[in-house]
Amino acid sequence: MDHAHALGGHAADPAHIDTATGLDSRKLAFWTFIGSECLLFGSLIATYMAYKGKSLNGPYPHDEMINGHLVKGILNIPLTSFSTFILLMSSVAMVMALNGVQRGKRRDAILYLGATALFGSVFLGCQVYEFTHFYHEGLTLRSNLFGSTFFVLTGFHGAHVTVGVIYMITLLVLAVRGKLGPEKTLNVEIAGLYWHFVDVIWIVIFPLVYLIK
Amino acid sequence: MTSSTREIVHDQHAHPSTRFYWIIGALLMVLTVLEIFGYLGETRAVYTAGIAAVIILALSAAKFVAVVAYYMHLKPDHKLFTAIFVFPALLGTLVIVGMTMLFHVIPSTYTGHP
Amino acid sequence: MASTATASAPHRVAAPNAETGLWSWITTVDHKRIGIMYGVTAFLFFLMGGVEALIIRAQLAVPENRLIEADTYNQLFSMHALTMIFLALMPLTAALFNYVVPLQIGARDVAFPRLNALSYWIFLFGGLFLNASWFLKAAPNSGWFAYAPITTKAFGPGLNMDFYVLGLQVVGLSSIVASLNFIITIINLRAPGMRLMRMPIFTWMTLVTSVLIVTAMAVFTIAITELLFDRFFGTNFFNTVSAGADPLLWQHLFWMFGHPEVYILIIPILGIVSEVIPTFSRKPLFGYNVMVFSGVLIGWLGWGVWSHHMFAVGLGPIADSFFSLSTMLIAIPTGIKIFNYLGTMWGGSIRYTTAMNFAVAFIVMFTIGGISGVMHAVAPSDLQQTDTYFVVAHIHYVFFGGTVLGLWSGLYYWYPKVFGRLLDEKLGAVHFWGTLIGMNLTFFPMHFLGMFGMARRTWTYSRDLGFNEMNLLATAGAFLIAASTLVFAINLFTAWKRGELAGDNPWGAATLEWSMASPPPVYNFAALPQVHSRMPLWEGDPTKSAGIPHGRVEESTDQITLGGTKVGELHEATETNKMSAHDLGIHLPPPSFWPIVLAFGISLLFGSMIFRQVEGAWHNLWYLSFAGLATVVVSIYAFAFEPGHSH
Repeated sequence: MDHAHALGGHAADPAHIDTATGLDSRKLAFWTFIGSECLLFGSLIATYMAYKGKSLNGPYPHDEMINGHLVKGILNIPLTSFSTFILLMSSVAMVMALNGVQRGKRRDAILYLGATALFGSVFLGCQVYEFTHFYHEGLTLRSNLFGSTFFVLTGFHGAHVTVGVIYMITLLVLAVRGKLGPEKTLNVEIAGLYWHFVDVIWIVIFPLVYLIK
Repeated sequence: MTSSTREIVHDQHAHPSTRFYWIIGALLMVLTVLEIFGYLGETRAVYTAGIAAVIILALSAAKFVAVVAYYMHLKPDHKLFTAIFVFPALLGTLVIVGMTMLFHVIPSTYTGHP
Repeated sequence: MASTATASAPHRVAAPNAETGLWSWITTVDHKRIGIMYGVTAFLFFLMGGVEALIIRAQLAVPENRLIEADTYNQLFSMHALTMIFLALMPLTAALFNYVVPLQIGARDVAFPRLNALSYWIFLFGGLFLNASWFLKAAPNSGWFAYAPITTKAFGPGLNMDFYVLGLQVVGLSSIVASLNFIITIINLRAPGMRLMRMPIFTWMTLVTSVLIVTAMAVFTIAITELLFDRFFGTNFFNTVSAGADPLLWQHLFWMFGHPEVYILIIPILGIVSEVIPTFSRKPLFGYNVMVFSGVLIGWLGWGVWSHHMFAVGLGPIADSFFSLSTMLIAIPTGIKIFNYLGTMWGGSIRYTTAMNFAVAFIVMFTIGGISGVMHAVAPSDLQQTDTYFVVAHIHYVFFGGTVLGLWSGLYYWYPKVFGRLLDEKLGAVHFWGTLIGMNLTFFPMHFLGMFGMARRTWTYSRDLGFNEMNLLATAGAFLIAASTLVFAINLFTAWKRGELAGDNPWGAATLEWSMASPPPVYNFAALPQVHSRMPLWEGDPTKSAGIPHGRVEESTDQITLGGTKVGELHEATETNKMSAHDLGIHLPPPSFWPIVLAFGISLLFGSMIFRQVEGAWHNLWYLSFAGLATVVVSIYAFAFEPGHSH
């Protein structure tokens, strides 16, 4: 990311940010980007909500009474609860990594960036397991409205987590090579904003898709 | 053309203790456990699905605010960041609520299928 | 941004700037050059969309015409709309944003110069991809709002709508990236003293438009992603046949974007006119604060009215009443703006240049379009008008009478700043009167045609319906517009080399972009200006600014500085403007070729997907998508770690 007030050549000095608001342009831009992402996920979630409970045939997300028979729901709440905890843990690790970079503690930074990437990967692993399991149970992109909306919504989120894991690994490599000193705090902070935002989206998706019938 | 009045010391608020972050982390875990209890209460028929939805959504809103305010530093940061985030977040929420209303609540605004 | 003029040597060796040649244009990150590229590309797309319109009008000139086939006709009206909206009008506003906004706020460039170049290249490639569909005779053919389920594979098996979903995905990305950039530029790169309430209205309206694009375009991205998944991977989002999908889903998602999109096209014009009218009335804008707030309010209300496009689908009384009322509310801030333009002109000493003529014509034509808009807001009356030529008349009074006239006003106004030469006023008068008469000949009869029951998008019509004369009139008008546009194109081209030299401030305007040489030096401002009021160049001129409040001037006027010198010593500042960036010690971001590479990667990623939909040997070409993905990944890393740009 670049910004034109590098014209003044002050970018390396965080105490002297020469902008109209005194705030860094990259961070403002990233928040604006997050704002745009809010609408992206908002529309996907809105689609999911519009079609919630309107599938003409199974598999259904939750237990349903169809013609007096109980049809078991396909969602695996214990597994997803576990992966939800893992994603929250990764957020804690992320904020600790930022803290480490801010204070110039390279070992902390490496440890926690690694932990963030690891937890993110575990979350993705759970999602891959969940998707393949559903596929074998007969829930596909094509099977019904639930399949389409569920896979596209959670898959879109999963794609964001994947990008986040790559982002974290990049920062980890920089940290290991000693190129992530306190002067790079802002870069890590922005990475953190991305990571926490992806977590926040899961905080919305988890109840709406998994917990509420 | 000095800009001394326009400087804002960027990190004046930074470095809350690591303990604080762990506490928020623990709070998030507890709220998630409560969410799952909210779900279990409904499956065990302790209360209705409507009540469960209210409980779960309230808890998830609390988690949302905690992460955004403390992990994403909106609380201590410049208010402009909050404004930039809240406006589209609000729009996104309105889109979700509006579509839910139009497809489930307001009569005759959606195509009913048998 | 203050002390940059005297900043010590930059931390890295600055690459050479302001070179000429093709490579310098490909790698440029200068907002002025990118603005020119946007403008030229968008104008060419405008001519192309115009030719499409002419073929449509030729087909409709006489009843039972067989000039073109019905399917070609469908492709023409769809591509006419897509080209005009996404490839001509939005990019033309983006061209003006790019060129003018950094100058108006006293900045040396946009916040992210390389992202700016990126958004241009994505737009160019996306536009070319969308138009490549003509070579396969498979241009999008379901209208610009592409109602599902007619756009699903079941009802539209050709490649037509595949081009739509992929092409607009790319073009939409370009708008979002560009708008992010403008938002941050306006928030963060204002010169010292340029408070929010001192910003020129054009800058304000750019901000509102950009916020709308960043939010609304995201919804559209999801809508076309869902359609893309339906067409490419067999999902059921719009599968009304067997999966129980609701056809209203697309309509809601589309119009949640589509209505803000209308404001995305008109709000920039409200900004342009707010610059032109005060300049040529030699009087400050009447009711600046109200103009700002009503612009923001139009943007905000624009989000809550989308279902007025859907009255005919039968949403029931609750939804219809809500969206009727919210739509009528928009007439209030819009009306305020119109009256404030009149208030600005009232008592001013008006010069009717071509720019001013177009601005005044805009007020009248846009008001007509606005009034027929309020007619649509009344749900029962709308049922009469939906899907008739009345709607076509309405949208063209807003988009042509509003957006296009306003854009031409802006081009006549800022052309001298961009190229240093004035557009010819005689040719301008021909262009103006031809366009104004032509558009009314074309679009006004359409109101009646609609009321008589002529359906929109109809390929031809029977000779005994009473549509004949007015259709012929509309076609004649369309060719008059085309002839005038040709005059305009000639004017644009000849003035570039042979026009009358403009000087720094040919119109005597008040805003900062007129304080520098025309065309401006590569670094814009030799020293960043200190802003004291809304009308920096009119300070100390009592005939223009006396008696009318235009921002608090706390500082005594003796102290007023602009470009490092006191007001009245502007010519010395101009001398400084002739120096090179290097002499002045100004560090400019070096050129970069990664924007075009990244844009190419993104376009390849989406564009190659089209081959997934064809059979035979060509099918395998879709694996190029992975090459596109690899290009994207590589160039994002190269982008992020490129030397000379802070990261």
